[in-house]
Amino acid sequence: MYPSPLSAHEPSSAPTVHSQVPDVPNRHVQPPDKNAGIQEAKLSLNQINFYYGAHQSLFNINAQIIKNQVTSFIGPSGCGKSTLLRCLNRLNDLIEGARLEGTVLIDGVNILGPDVDVTDLRKRVGMVFQKSNPFPKSIYENVAYGPRLHGMRQRNQLDQIVEQGLKGAGLWDEVKDRLHASAFGLSGGQQQRLCIARALAVKPDVLLMDEPCSALDPVATAKIEELLFSLKQDLTVIIVTHNMQQAARVSDWTAFMYLGELVEFGLTKQMFTTPAKKQTEDYITGRFG
Amino acid sequence: MRTPFKQMLATGNVFIWGCAAGVSLSLLMVFGLLLLIMINGLGYFWISDIVDLTLKDGQHVMGQLAGREVIPRTITPDRPEGKSRVRVKIGNRDLSGLDFKWVNDDQIVSEAYPADVVLLERREWGNMYARIQAVYSGEKLLAEGNEAGWTALGPLISSADDLHRQIKQIEQFEIGAINANIERLRLKIRAMEIEHPTSPVSSEMKAQVADTETRYREKSAELETLRARFDEYSVVMVDANGREKQIAVGQIVRALRPNEMGVWQKSWIYLVNVWAALSTEPREANTEGGIFPAIFGTVLMVIIMSLAVVPFGVLAALYLREYARQGAMVRLVRIAVNNLAGVPSIVFGVFGLGFFIYAIGGTLDTLFFPERLPTPTFGTGGILWASLTLALLTVPVVIVSTEEGLAAVPREFREGSLALGATKLETMLKVVIPSALPGILTGLILAMARAAGEVAPLMLTGVVKLAPALPLDGSWPFFHFDRKFMHLGFHIYDVGFQSPNVEAAKPMVYITTLVLITVVILLNLTAIVLRNHLRKKYAGSVL
Repeated sequence: MYPSPLSAHEPSSAPTVHSQVPDVPNRHVQPPDKNAGIQEAKLSLNQINFYYGAHQSLFNINAQIIKNQVTSFIGPSGCGKSTLLRCLNRLNDLIEGARLEGTVLIDGVNILGPDVDVTDLRKRVGMVFQKSNPFPKSIYENVAYGPRLHGMRQRNQLDQIVEQGLKGAGLWDEVKDRLHASAFGLSGGQQQRLCIARALAVKPDVLLMDEPCSALDPVATAKIEELLFSLKQDLTVIIVTHNMQQAARVSDWTAFMYLGELVEFGLTKQMFTTPAKKQTEDYITGRFG
Repeated sequence: MRTPFKQMLATGNVFIWGCAAGVSLSLLMVFGLLLLIMINGLGYFWISDIVDLTLKDGQHVMGQLAGREVIPRTITPDRPEGKSRVRVKIGNRDLSGLDFKWVNDDQIVSEAYPADVVLLERREWGNMYARIQAVYSGEKLLAEGNEAGWTALGPLISSADDLHRQIKQIEQFEIGAINANIERLRLKIRAMEIEHPTSPVSSEMKAQVADTETRYREKSAELETLRARFDEYSVVMVDANGREKQIAVGQIVRALRPNEMGVWQKSWIYLVNVWAALSTEPREANTEGGIFPAIFGTVLMVIIMSLAVVPFGVLAALYLREYARQGAMVRLVRIAVNNLAGVPSIVFGVFGLGFFIYAIGGTLDTLFFPERLPTPTFGTGGILWASLTLALLTVPVVIVSTEEGLAAVPREFREGSLALGATKLETMLKVVIPSALPGILTGLILAMARAAGEVAPLMLTGVVKLAPALPLDGSWPFFHFDRKFMHLGFHIYDVGFQSPNVEAAKPMVYITTLVLITVVILLNLTAIVLRNHLRKKYAGSVL
């Protein structure tokens, strides 16, 4: 089966046009390259609308996120990339007055349903934040935090998970001699990789990354980008970034968002060479945004 | 063109100087006050030499110098320096009725420091400054004259000291245990009477009562014979003006010859005195002796208060900051909490009396201790009620600083934890509260400082001038939350302003103040060290 990464809906059920983007008459998005190999949708976003109180910040988002691939969301500040990301692990639930419509299917199950165990969902959908946020604990305790929460008590098992997590985040060799030192002693890039290790320790299937490199220098950024290639062996990665070169380098799929709408979504190669929309081209070539 | 003044205003130098001056003035006042208290308090333990002043009329005034001043209204144009006078602590209150005496300088003919004068510290009537005339055993003369008497007196005083210790042991433990036993039996009988008003008290019980009462009488008799031994030896003292006074050796705490002692010996006595003040019980309506029960009461009360106020305040702050819907209601509650901090402490005292003592304590008494009524158990002031009253008084401080601590925990920590699948409660317990701990401890430090210094609410809720027993001791159940207690702050008030002998009590006030300040500083230091340790551990937290 070769599903389309965009809407699973027929054109007839395509979202209505919103006045915010007057020069986009049609939500139709470039279909993916059929040669991308056998692909299976991990996440399926259908008709997502999101409101902060009376203010709507996401408009009819439809997308299919392919398993074991890196999908990046680009777009100018305030376009709703991060909000969309936070819908996928329901971190927006915490915001008072926030309202989410539509469905998000992960492996065919709607995670927005009222009977979904949110903690269980967040265990499956890990997240790395824009600002590295290690807890004020030791490196070891940071990584062991998730497994401990989910009931793991045995020391040797924990040791193993911590090691795996740190290795998965490419941090093991740098910290193996000071696992019990404070996490705050690490550099910014190391802290961010520690956060990745912490997310990996819970063994998620999906990893959400919200501008993970925006506060890092080019060397640290390169390390994390490298990491993404190995991570996608086991995970489906969704990354939000401001940096278009980064999106071009790391992702298989790219989605361009503008003013709360998904303008274009397709294979990264196509998006950056032959975008279907004038707006996408303008943004990618730096004419606005 | 700017004038220099305008320029000075514009650069702000004036304000910086003003701020610096304000800070310096505050520091100066704080350290000045501390210095004053320290000099006056610590000077008390130093045994100064005994002076013997000969006056124009041939009278002698003997004692320790306690100050010199210019006599008010004696400064005239032809004598600008005025007349001065000295204050002498003459002791011998039983002979002269006074502790202190003013002597005008122009009355003094000569001043001497005779080496053979003896300072007697007594259990009653304060110090005596005199020479020994004779030492008697009953009617029999043991030694005559100052030197022979001095040699004879030493061992007698130390054996009297042993006797005191023995008596105290019997009073406190043996008779105390018997009394507790009698009280327990009485309550048992009373409880039986309440339960079965008609059935007579069993003969076994009566026999037990009779048995304990016999033992009590035996012990009392033993005490009486021991007490009588205090009067076995006596010493006849003669003061500087030749008046004689016979004193039982059992009345003497110790005898010193300050004018004979060197600096090292005096320093040793100084340390002994400091230790005695910190470790012994008060004598003579609190004006003499130590302040140990007051130190103990203060520290224990602050600890109980902390144990009560921290959970209470932290839970309230957690609810307000993390769980409650932020709105008009929460704002109102916050305003109310802040205002609570401004309520006069005596109002809290009245509330504690009405709510804790009469309402809760009274109910506890009728429910659990009906056999003891009409004597109240919890229905009267006690250390528990006083601590809880102070906990109420200080809870706003803890709430406010805990809320600040919680607000300072970065949102990223919470999101990071939640994103790993933690519930809100797990996030609170494992990440938020540990990070907010320094803030919570700041609140506790402020609360302790305030609580240790409060007196007014305590006067209504359980503090007393002299508590017969500590709230924590060796008799079951060890913690006696219902007991009244002594407190350093109240001690200052009582000794300084309610004492019959204010002049003699003055050093005691300074010492008590010094100890109170030290206790507060030590309690705070403990909390500060703990907070710094936590800060290092949770280096990411802001507070």
